Amino acid sequence: MTTAARTAPRAAGPQSTAAGPRTTAARRLLALGRAETTLLLRNRTALFTALVLPLVLVTSLRSTLQKQAESNPGLDVHSLLVYGSVGMALAFVVYYNLTAAYVGRRGELVLKRLRTGEARDLEILLGTAVPSLTLGLLMAALIGIGGSLGLRLAVPVNPLLMLIGLGLALATMIALAALSSAFTRTVETAGITTLPVMLVMQLGSGLFVPLEVMPGRLADVCRLLPTTPAFQLIRLGWFGTDGSAAPTGFAGSWGAAAPHLATGTVWLGLAVWGAVRYFRWEPRR
Amino acid sequence: METSQLSRPGDSVIEVTGLHRHYGGGTTGYHAVRGVDLTVGRGELFALLGTNGAGKTSTLEVVEGLAAPTGGSVRVLGLDPFTERAAVRPRIGIMLQEGGFPGELTAAETGRAWAGMTSGARPVAEVLELVGLGHRAGVRVKQLSGGERRRLDLAVALLGRPEVLFLDEPSTGLDPEARAAVWRLVRDLRAQGTTVLLTTHYLEEAEELADRLAIMHGGRVVTTGTVAEVIAGRPSRVSFELPAPTGAAGTALPVLPGAEVAVEGRKVTVQTTTLQDTLTDLLGWARHHGIALGALDARSASLEEAFLAIASEAAHQDPPQTPAAPARPARPARRRLIGSAR
Repeated sequence: MTTAARTAPRAAGPQSTAAGPRTTAARRLLALGRAETTLLLRNRTALFTALVLPLVLVTSLRSTLQKQAESNPGLDVHSLLVYGSVGMALAFVVYYNLTAAYVGRRGELVLKRLRTGEARDLEILLGTAVPSLTLGLLMAALIGIGGSLGLRLAVPVNPLLMLIGLGLALATMIALAALSSAFTRTVETAGITTLPVMLVMQLGSGLFVPLEVMPGRLADVCRLLPTTPAFQLIRLGWFGTDGSAAPTGFAGSWGAAAPHLATGTVWLGLAVWGAVRYFRWEPRR
Repeated sequence: METSQLSRPGDSVIEVTGLHRHYGGGTTGYHAVRGVDLTVGRGELFALLGTNGAGKTSTLEVVEGLAAPTGGSVRVLGLDPFTERAAVRPRIGIMLQEGGFPGELTAAETGRAWAGMTSGARPVAEVLELVGLGHRAGVRVKQLSGGERRRLDLAVALLGRPEVLFLDEPSTGLDPEARAAVWRLVRDLRAQGTTVLLTTHYLEEAEELADRLAIMHGGRVVTTGTVAEVIAGRPSRVSFELPAPTGAAGTALPVLPGAEVAVEGRKVTVQTTTLQDTLTDLLGWARHHGIALGALDARSASLEEAFLAIASEAAHQDPPQTPAAPARPARPARRRLIGSAR
C-alpha cells in the first residue's frame, strides 16, 4: 500500500516538526490531574468546603467525644479525636468534593470530550480525582501526624494495616462519588445527594460516634455499612483495637482485621459495580 | 473541483458496511442508523450531509469508536475503532459537535492538558496559532466566544497531527471570516494527505471542500458521489411570470421537449435536463408573441437543489418514522436550517 505518492505540500500555517512523545497512562493521569488541580485552586467554594468544613466539624467532634467520655469512662478521647478528624477530612475532601467534580465536568461536556482522546475511562475518572486525593491525603497526614505529636498519641501498631484501610477507604469513596454523581443533576444539588452517604460515613462508621458507645445491636449493624470496615481497619492499624476488644499488637491486629477486610472488599466491589453500571458520561437531557 | 487521485480501491481509510445503530431496547428504542455503507479513501475529504435527525452524528460516533454499532462493521485504518481504540485513537483526531472544556482553564492550559494526553503532540502554541487563537492563549475558556471555542476544539483535534480527522459540523457558529479560515485550514490539511470525514449543514461547505459526499435521510445514505455526480441528472430550472391576461387568444406555452412545466396562476416553473435548448425555445416563443417574461430566472442544478429534491423524494418514499420516545434530543433551535448564502 502506498502512502507516499504525494509530493511535499505547502505546510498549513506556521509549523514546526516538534512532536511530543507517545503518551502513557501515567502521563495522561498527570496531565489531567494538573488541569484538575488548577481548577480546584480556582474554585473558591470547593476549596472552602474542602478545607474549612472538616475543621469546623473537628471542634464539634471534640465536645461530642468529651460528653460521651463522661458516661463511658475509659474512652480514649484524644485518639478518637485525631482518628475521627482524619476520617471526616477524607469524607469531605475526597467523597463530597469528587462527586461535585464529576457532576461539574459532566455538565460542561468535559467528560464526553475526554472520551474522544486516548485516555481510558478509568484514567479519566482517576485523573479527575487527583487533586481531591492529594488534598485529602495531605490533610489526613497533617491532622494525623500533627494530632499524634500534639496529643502524644502512641506510634501506630500496624502501619501496613492502616495503609490498607486508607487505600480501601479512598477506593470506596471514589467509586461512591462516581455512583452519587449519576444521581446528581447539578453541582448545586451535590450537597443534598451526597448527604445519605456522608451521614452514613460520619455517624455509622465510628467517626463521629465511636461504635463501642452505641447499643450492641446498632453497632453490629453499623459495622456492616459500606465505609465502616475501611475506617475500622485504619483504627485497628493505628491503635490495635476497633473498640470492641482490648488492644493487640502487630500480629494480633491481623486477626481482628480479617472480618473488616472481607466486608470492606465486598462493599468496594459493590460500589465499583454500581459506578460502572450507573455512571453517566453525558448530561441527561 | 479536483477529485482525489489517491482514493484508489484497496486504500480506503474508513470502511463502513451495513451499519445499524439503535438507541434503547425493544420497540421503544430509536433506529437512528439503518444500513449505511461508506468508503473514504486515503487523503480524501468526505462530507456527510443530511437533514436534522438523518443520522449523521449517530453514524460519526460509531466510526469514531465512541459507541459500538448495533449491526454491521466499521473499519478505520484497518482496525475496529471501538474494540481496538487504543491502537486507533493515537492516529485520529476528533472534533465533536458540542465539545466540552472546563470554563476556568485558559485556552493554553486546555491545550497543555490535552497535549499530555495525546501521542506525538505538537507544541500548544503552534496549534493555537494554526486555528488563529494565538492571541487568545491566556484567556479562560468561559470568556472565549462561541466561534473561538469551536476553533479551540479544532486545535485539540489537530494536536497529534492525525492521519484521519473527524469534524462534526466544524463551522457551525462561526462568523463568515472564521469559517473561511477554517475551510482554508481543512484544505491545507487535505493537501498534506490528511483524510477528513466531516458532517455539515452548509451545502456550500460540502461544495467547497468535499472530494465526495453522501446525503443521508432517515438513517440511510440516499445518494453518494462527487458533487458533480450528485448534481448530474438533476434538472435545471427556469421560472418566470406571464403578463396579466389580456383577454386575447390565449397564447399557449410552447412545446418544450424533455421539460416539465408547472403553471401556478401566472407563475411558470420549467424543469429541464437540456437548459440551453429549453431556454432557446422559450425565448424564441416570447419574442415571436411579444410577451415580456417577468422575474425570469434560469439556473443549473446546484447541490442545494439536488439536496432539497433528494430529501423530499426520500421523504415521500419513506415517511419519517416518529419514534414513541426518541433517545436523541431535538437539536438546539439556534442551529440554522439547510440553506446557503448564495
